[in-house]
Amino acid sequence: MDFVFTEEQQMIRDTAESFLAEVSTSEAVRKAMASDTGFDEALWQQICAEMYWQAIHIPEEFGGMGLGYVELVAMMEQMGRYLLCAPFYSTVCLGVNTLLLAASDEQKAEYLAAICEGSLTATLAYCGARGGRTADAITATWREDGDGFVLNGDSSFVVDGMTAGLILVAARGEGSSGEEGISLFAVPVDSSGLERKAQPMLDQTRKMASLSFNNFKLSAASLLGESGKAWPVLDKVLDLASIALAAEQMGGSQQLLDSTVEYTKERVQFNRPIASFQSIKHKAADMMLRVEAARSAVYYAACVADEALQGGGLADELSEAASIAKAYCSDAYFKNAGESIQMHGGVGFTWEYDVHLYFKRAKGSEHMLGNAAFHRERLAGVILD
Amino acid sequence: MKLSFSPEDEKFREEIAGWLKANLTGEFEKLKFRGGPGDEHTYPDERVKWEQKLAEGKWTCVGWPKEYGGRGLSIEQQVIFFEEYARAGAPGRMGHIGEGLAGPTIIAFGSEHQKQKYLPGIVAGTELWCQGYSEPGAGSDLANVKTKARFDEAKGKWILNGQKVWTSLAHESHYCFVIARTDPESKAHKGLGFFLVKMDQPGITVRPIEQITGTSEFNEVFFDDAECDAEDIVGEPGDGWKVAMGLLGYERGVSTLGQQMAFQNELDEVVKVAKENGAAKDPVIRQRIADLYLRLKIMRYNSMRMLSDDAGDGSLQKEALIYKLYWATWHRELGELAVDVQGEMGQVIAAEPYELTRLQSLYLFVRSDTIYGGTNQVQRNIIAERGLGMPKEPKW
Ligand SMILES: Cc1cc2nc3c(=O)[nH]c(=O)nc-3n(C[C@H](O)[C@H](O)[C@H](O)COP(=O)(O)OP(=O)(O)OC[C@H]3O[C@@H](n4cnc5c(N)ncnc54)[C@H](O)[C@@H]3O)c2cc1C
Repeated sequence: MDFVFTEEQQMIRDTAESFLAEVSTSEAVRKAMASDTGFDEALWQQICAEMYWQAIHIPEEFGGMGLGYVELVAMMEQMGRYLLCAPFYSTVCLGVNTLLLAASDEQKAEYLAAICEGSLTATLAYCGARGGRTADAITATWREDGDGFVLNGDSSFVVDGMTAGLILVAARGEGSSGEEGISLFAVPVDSSGLERKAQPMLDQTRKMASLSFNNFKLSAASLLGESGKAWPVLDKVLDLASIALAAEQMGGSQQLLDSTVEYTKERVQFNRPIASFQSIKHKAADMMLRVEAARSAVYYAACVADEALQGGGLADELSEAASIAKAYCSDAYFKNAGESIQMHGGVGFTWEYDVHLYFKRAKGSEHMLGNAAFHRERLAGVILD
Repeated sequence: MKLSFSPEDEKFREEIAGWLKANLTGEFEKLKFRGGPGDEHTYPDERVKWEQKLAEGKWTCVGWPKEYGGRGLSIEQQVIFFEEYARAGAPGRMGHIGEGLAGPTIIAFGSEHQKQKYLPGIVAGTELWCQGYSEPGAGSDLANVKTKARFDEAKGKWILNGQKVWTSLAHESHYCFVIARTDPESKAHKGLGFFLVKMDQPGITVRPIEQITGTSEFNEVFFDDAECDAEDIVGEPGDGWKVAMGLLGYERGVSTLGQQMAFQNELDEVVKVAKENGAAKDPVIRQRIADLYLRLKIMRYNSMRMLSDDAGDGSLQKEALIYKLYWATWHRELGELAVDVQGEMGQVIAAEPYELTRLQSLYLFVRSDTIYGGTNQVQRNIIAERGLGMPKEPKW
């Protein structure tokens, strides 16, 4: 047992941090969030070409770096700190994970190679108009049509859905319910008949889209895995994505702590730095407690994710570890963000200071992939029923 | 980062689990799941015998170096030991203050004479210790101790006068480690000494204090010309604060893992009650149980991190700084849930005059977790100052 980063992992973390501190400045984030695409294509291409982050946990046989989930979360943590606006979460945490678990070798060879190259971004559409991360949340439907399939209905909250080159769509067999009948399809966005609409969000740093399928035709080759049997795989993908998102939430919580403490040391009232007031110190201490506990939850979950992907005794713990990390980090991030505004006073309420960006990201991330109450209930089901 | 245990460690797990299964039987059967928080007053004599049983199997002081009678276990194997100890429902340790606090302090700071004299009794489970820090005027402000130690040249002994308070298990203990002022003119953390004092002597009076539970686990201890041999001061006169602070580090060490493992048993009991009485169907109770469940898991991950992440210079990493605040707060919430899952029935005591159920004792006892060993407020001061570099509290 050795529950600390290896030197190599530490290096990956440090490199990500110094790179992002330089490129994902407040100014850059604000520019990206005001754009239609939500990110700077040149920066993304730089990340793909120079850092090769998009390929982090793609196996070497498909052209990736073949690293593990611990490395992936170490980077997500830094992206969370610097609010990086880029199709990383959508492409790697949703897209690549889905492809790794559900795609045939042929499909992997095709799509993963393109992702490694930087020529393709991807995302996953896993819920209908009302959101959610359960099988019931999937409302888009499929039916067989000749050799292929026809899709109908809607998918919403598709992260980077307007820009992704490949959308992996979860749909249910017409007339099916619950976990039955779920299939996954690879939908290239240049196909005609796919309607995409931007969903303007409170958190402007993460772009979402909704998709409408209207007798939308797909070839047989677009099916990932077995028809109608995709829920267990999708469930696993969503757990893996939750762990990555939790890492991002933890990084955001850390950044809020650091910037807030720094601010309170500088801001003077009553002839003393406000950091010397005990009510401020104690809030900061509680923020640090949440960050450190969140970190322990995320790193543990990352080790579990590694074994879930590559085999190992901890693989069975995936859904539990994901729920623990997502529940704790969701609450921690939002609480830290709220406290941060309070500790900043009036400036915390301005558009100019960055606190609101984190505050909004915190709430957005909290509700993605199930909020804390959802994940607690999921755990309760296992413990109590 | 790697979480799995080696085959060797798993073999060790079988060894300790097997030993406990074979030995926690017969006269010790009734001790299962007893003696934990809020239950310390239960079966003290039988639990002392259990300490000696453990010692027979060489299962006391497992983390101590071999030369002092320990097993010199790796961190992994200590984790396994505590896991299996709790899983077996083995009782709360009577010797934990000696094994977890006094012993490690003597090993780190004590003289050869002190090691020879005191460590074997701790390892054998025959000599129990208590901690004489707090005084009426020195709680959170521990450096304000007033108890005095004067060296009597004629007798060749230290003479102690003053009063300690809240001294857990003083009434069961053979020795007490005491911080007292060796320099009567000194203030705050200067001029203190750290003494190893025999309890059974005319100069010491122990008076139990009745607690919130109606039982007594802590005491007032009065020193009226109490004597302490010249060789029984740890370090030099004036070193007391340094030694005492070193000891606080051990309070957060591996030994606390044992406590957490026992927390799991307590949570299991609450879950069992909730399932039996239907509270497990209540959506609010479900959320509270799940929240405590997940935060307990995180507590474990956090201590695994803490144990893997030793800077080696005695300084505390961030995950270690939050540790006390985290578990104390968690445990208090567990105690609240323990009565809440029972609804109104949870308010009915076991018997007159004031016999409480285990869960009621737990519910009351946990109020102390956020007080002793540094209150939650003091912990937050420490976190803010040491962990975040925020300004120190103003002096008055
Ligand atoms: C069950 C139990 C067992 C114990 N066992 C032992 C033992 O074996 N040996 C021993 O030596 N002691 C023992 N103690 C004593 C314990 O360590 C003290 O109670 C503790 O240090 C707090 O001191 P106090 O009770 O004097 O409270 P005080 O220090 O008077 O605190 C009262 C309140 O003021 C707050 N406060 C104090 N200072 C500050 C500050 N600087 N900033 C913000 N808030 C502050 C505290 O947080 C608390 O809320 C035990 C206590 C209990 C409850």
